[in-house]
Amino acid sequence: MVEFALPKNSKIKKGKVWPKPDGAKTVKAFKVYRWDPDSGENPRLDTYHLDLDDCGPMVLDALIKIKDEVDATLTFRRSCREGVCGSCAMNIDGTNTLACTKYLSDMKGDVKVYPLPHQPVVKDLVPDLTQAYAQYTAIEPWLKAETPAPERERPQSPEERARLDGLWECILCFSCSTSCPSYWWNGDRYLGPAVLLQAYRWIVDSRDEAAGERLDELEDPFRLYRCHTIMNCTRTCPKNLNPGKAIAELKKLMLERRG
Amino acid sequence: MSRRSPLGRVRGLGSAKEGAGHWWGLRFSALALIPLTLWFAASVAVMSGAGYETVRAWAASPLVAGLLLLLIVAVFYHGARGLQEVIEDYVPRKSVKFTAILAVQAASIVLGLTGVLSVLLLLFRV
Repeated sequence: MVEFALPKNSKIKKGKVWPKPDGAKTVKAFKVYRWDPDSGENPRLDTYHLDLDDCGPMVLDALIKIKDEVDATLTFRRSCREGVCGSCAMNIDGTNTLACTKYLSDMKGDVKVYPLPHQPVVKDLVPDLTQAYAQYTAIEPWLKAETPAPERERPQSPEERARLDGLWECILCFSCSTSCPSYWWNGDRYLGPAVLLQAYRWIVDSRDEAAGERLDELEDPFRLYRCHTIMNCTRTCPKNLNPGKAIAELKKLMLERRG
Repeated sequence: MSRRSPLGRVRGLGSAKEGAGHWWGLRFSALALIPLTLWFAASVAVMSGAGYETVRAWAASPLVAGLLLLLIVAVFYHGARGLQEVIEDYVPRKSVKFTAILAVQAASIVLGLTGVLSVLLLLFRV
C-alpha cells in the first residue's frame, strides 16, 4: 500500500546521545535506528561515538563494538561477517547494503543506520522478512525434472553452466527487494527483484524441465509486471548482481514463447 | 488478524496467466509514438499560421489521414494502459481502483473516437 508518510507510532524521535570515548583522536558518530516493541514508545535515533583507531574497518565491526562496549541492548542480525550469509543487510547512509562489506573509510560524516526499508521491524535493525521468504518458497526454488536422475549428477555443458553466473551468487539478503518502490507499494502481490532473479535462475538452468510451468506462475500483472525498470535493485545489490536484467530477460522469455 | 500462512497469502488467487500482452502493447505503442509524434509536430510546425483550407487539404490525403488515425489510436491506447499501470501501482482500494481504471478507459474511448471521427470528417467532407 502506498504510504508517503510514516504512521504516527512509527515517527522517529530524537534518541539518546552517548558520550565520546576518552582520549580518542578519530571519532565517528553513528546514528542508529532504535525501536523496542516492548516499550510501547516510538522509534528513536540514538547517537553513538566510536574511536576509529580502535575499531575494525567495516560498519558491522562498529555495530559489534557498540553492542559489546557501549550499549548491549542494540539488536541486529549478523553471522558470517564476510558477505556470504546476507544476515546483516540494512540501510546504511540511505543505501541498502551489507554492514559487513561496507568500509567505514568510504563514508563521509556521520554514519546513519536504519533497518531495511518498508518492512515490519522486529526490533532495532532487525526487519521481519517473513513475506519475502514465503515469496521465495512460492517460486519453488529447486530443480524439477521428470527425466529419471542418471547414476551420477545431471550433466551440463560449460556454456549452460555459464548462464547461471551472476545468478547463483545471490545470497538472499533482500537489499534489492526492499529498495524497490514497486515492492514497497505492492509487495503483497509483486514478487520483488530478489525472488524474480531466483525464479529466472531456475528457468535458465538447463537441467530444469519446468521452465514453462514456472513462466506460467510468473505471468501476472502483479507478480512480474509491477517491475517498471526503476533499477534501484541493481544499483543497491551488495554482490554487484543485476536483478533488473534478470527481470528483463523474464519479460523477453514471456514474449519468446508467444510466437 | 489473519491466521493464513505466509505462503497461502503470497500464493493468493494464483497467477492471472496474462500480462505479457499488456506489457508488449505498452512498449509497441511507445515505439510507434516516437516517429508519429515527430512527424506530427514537424507537420504542424510547417503549417503554422496557415488557414483551415490548407490543413484540410493536407489531412485529406489517405496517407496523412492514415497516419493521423494511427497517432490518435496509439496516443489513447498508450495513455489508457499507462494510466492503468499508475492506478494499479498507487491505488490499493479495490473499489476505487476498478472505478478509476474504468473511468480512464471510458474517457480514452470517447476522446479517441472523437479524434478518429474528426479525421474521417476531414478526409471525406468535400
